[in-house]
Amino acid sequence: MALSSRLAAAESRSRPRGGERGAAAAVLARGVVTSYLGLVVLIPLAALLWRSAASGYDRFVSTVTSPEVLASIQLTILLSLGTTALNALAGTLIAWVLVRDSFPGKRLVDSVIDLPFAIPTVVAGLTLLALYGPRSPIGVDVAYTKAGVGLALLFVTLPFVVRSVQPVLLEMDREVEEAAASLGASGAETFRRIVLPSLLPAILSGASLGFARSLGEFGAVVLISGNVPFRTEVVAVTIFGRVESGDVGGAAVISVVLLLLSGLVLLMTDGLRRWRLVCDG
Amino acid sequence: MSITVDRVSKRFERFQALKEVSLEVPSGSLTALLGPSGSGKSTLLRVIAGLETPDEGEVSIGGERVTHLPPQKRGVGFVFQHYAPFKHMTVWENVAFGLKVRRLPKPEIHRRVRELLELVQLEGWAKHYPSQLSGGQRQRMALARTLAVEPSVLLLDEPFGALDAQVRSDLRRWLRRLHDEIGVTTVLVTHDQEEAMEVADRIAVMHQGRIEQTGMPSEVYDHPESEFVMAFLGRVNRLGGALIRPHDVSILSRPTPGTREAMIERVVHLGFEVRVEMLLGDGSPLCAQLSRDEAAFLDLRQGRIVYVDVGAGRTFEPSQLHRAAS
Amino acid sequence: MARLMLRAAALTYLALILLLPLGMMVLRAFGSGPVQVWRALTSPDALHALWLTVLIALIVVPLNAAFGVLCALVLVRHEFGGKRALNALVGLPLSLSPVVVGLALLLAYGQDSWFGGWLAESGIRLIFSLPGMVLATLFVSLPFVVREVVPVLREVGREQEEAASTLGASPWRTLLSITLPSIGPGVAYGVVLTTARALGEFGAVSVVSGNVEGRTQTLTMYVADRFEQFDVTGAYAASLLLALLGVATLLMMNRISRRQGR
Repeated sequence: MALSSRLAAAESRSRPRGGERGAAAAVLARGVVTSYLGLVVLIPLAALLWRSAASGYDRFVSTVTSPEVLASIQLTILLSLGTTALNALAGTLIAWVLVRDSFPGKRLVDSVIDLPFAIPTVVAGLTLLALYGPRSPIGVDVAYTKAGVGLALLFVTLPFVVRSVQPVLLEMDREVEEAAASLGASGAETFRRIVLPSLLPAILSGASLGFARSLGEFGAVVLISGNVPFRTEVVAVTIFGRVESGDVGGAAVISVVLLLLSGLVLLMTDGLRRWRLVCDG
Repeated sequence: MSITVDRVSKRFERFQALKEVSLEVPSGSLTALLGPSGSGKSTLLRVIAGLETPDEGEVSIGGERVTHLPPQKRGVGFVFQHYAPFKHMTVWENVAFGLKVRRLPKPEIHRRVRELLELVQLEGWAKHYPSQLSGGQRQRMALARTLAVEPSVLLLDEPFGALDAQVRSDLRRWLRRLHDEIGVTTVLVTHDQEEAMEVADRIAVMHQGRIEQTGMPSEVYDHPESEFVMAFLGRVNRLGGALIRPHDVSILSRPTPGTREAMIERVVHLGFEVRVEMLLGDGSPLCAQLSRDEAAFLDLRQGRIVYVDVGAGRTFEPSQLHRAAS
Repeated sequence: MARLMLRAAALTYLALILLLPLGMMVLRAFGSGPVQVWRALTSPDALHALWLTVLIALIVVPLNAAFGVLCALVLVRHEFGGKRALNALVGLPLSLSPVVVGLALLLAYGQDSWFGGWLAESGIRLIFSLPGMVLATLFVSLPFVVREVVPVLREVGREQEEAASTLGASPWRTLLSITLPSIGPGVAYGVVLTTARALGEFGAVSVVSGNVEGRTQTLTMYVADRFEQFDVTGAYAASLLLALLGVATLLMMNRISRRQGR
């Protein structure tokens, strides 16, 4: 068995190139793909790094440590963490209800979950302001407040945890839970000791995707935050402000900090994915 | 058309799949490549088809060297283990594919597809998609698709592997009849020795990237040239260095010169045949196979002491064993 | 009982975050009557923004679809060094802030960039004009088709392609009549996602557009602009249009994934 699977793997790795013309076509395809990526993604990113480095070490440090930038970085991280935690909780709950519960209109609810992915971010911001902004019909006004920014982040990152937990929950062997119940575990105990541990990797990886998204969110936040420095300004908004006021160098420096932050999250996500692979056996 | 494989080697990274394999497939024959998984039989078939390029050696079809021709220029028909149906095409479109590629006139395509669907008994299924067919039907569709282009040789990779027992034996007989009818040179890969014996008129037994022996089924079974071939083609007893087939072991109620004492451990009834599992005096197990009548006549029961003659069967010389093992 | 409470909690959360605000947005849009909505949507600026948005999508979606299919083929069917780097690079746009993307493009292709002088001499203006907005949209919507096609291509495997080649089909013919049709649903799904992102992109496009009203304003930028000018009806009317496009996207995604499930 091991031998045959190894052979199959080896076979899928080594394929005939279909002669020299095939090899030439493969090289051409690779060339096209690389050039396209180079023009659209790589050159711009290189230019960004170049520009931030060009401002020099002192300028870099003074930009990053200026009170306004520090405040916006701090706010961004705190709000992202808070909303991520809340959505991890709510997302798991929603996924559980969508998989294990049944009620009329469940399919509709299931497809509504993806709306934040499908609706433009600016529209999301405006949508929230319709209910929770000035002239709110229920008297709640979160415009130009931290709560408002948090609400916007909750909206745009809602699907991440739901969509990452749902398939795991669907595939989960119910027999294990039944076994736990037959051994005398209560419903809550079974959830805490059996279900939750196997969902945890999925929850965390969904949450880290949402967190990465929150860190750089702009469209949903910009209308709600009102860009009050030190109070509601998140990093993406700060960068945008710098560009608009002509400080492109400063914007590049803050962008690199944001890039580093998302890079860190990405590494964590990758680590989580590997952990998940191990958990799935 | 005949196929000649001349000292072909093929390596996948660190795995040597074929080691200087040579094979002659006579025109019009049905040859089985028989061996356990990982023995290189599928790779050899794919090399003949042009789906793999050998590192060394040559392949000729009909006397013409094809080693460096791509598959589409070799005129071979290949039936894949899982049939590789074109899932987005109907049965009709699947069978017509090769004909359309060859730009045959439409009426000709229609006529040929109709004939082939009739041949494989899928007339009523032309407008269905592969996902709507059973395993056996998909297999027959794959065969029709392959035969449509009138290949000079037909290559089948474990064609019955994914089917259940009943369908498999029906299809085997059907394939044999089909081969006799159209007479196309056919090579079939299988790990099932019974299948190879039943369908093929020649068998090449493969082991660890080499061909161990080639011959007619009876030849290979009755005159195995190596321990591996003998053991792979049927059940064997190992006594010291010798191999004896269970049906070559005779059981007697009384000792005669040259017989050995044995105690019956278990008697298993397999329909017409009876398998007797015994322990020899030195503790080594021995298995015999005899007809129901014989077993009844000898009154074989668990715990009885009997006398066995193992000299009648074919055994291997140590030198041969040594050669096979190296 | 516990089950009912969990259900109620989940649905309440969804209602508060998602459904009630969306409902309120629709009400707001029609607050001043359908005639006003129609007038807001058919104003020259709105129409131009709509046209620009559609134009960008029409350019971006085919380009990224073609790139996505080619890139997926390269990633799945070819062996070469640097494959993992390519894979990581393709996913990168998903984790970048749109504002950063816009800024990067500005720095790469703007006036003071490496190519700025050369571009100016050749009379090519990328930034603060349509090409820059197209580039920004290409960047942010780049991963979707690749991401959807790669797993489909893996699952389809090579057997059908090999079967076609033994039946006499040339590599080109195999690509057109076997490979592409069998990854069709994956491509369709990716195209829908790309379209949604292209129509809705805001941050990256804002940075590179220069936001000249009536000339380089997309529909999302028009929404923000109207809102900031206190033209609530105009802002909500355009929002409603964009939200409807989003819902249409969602419906198409559902249809495709249900067909795939068959």
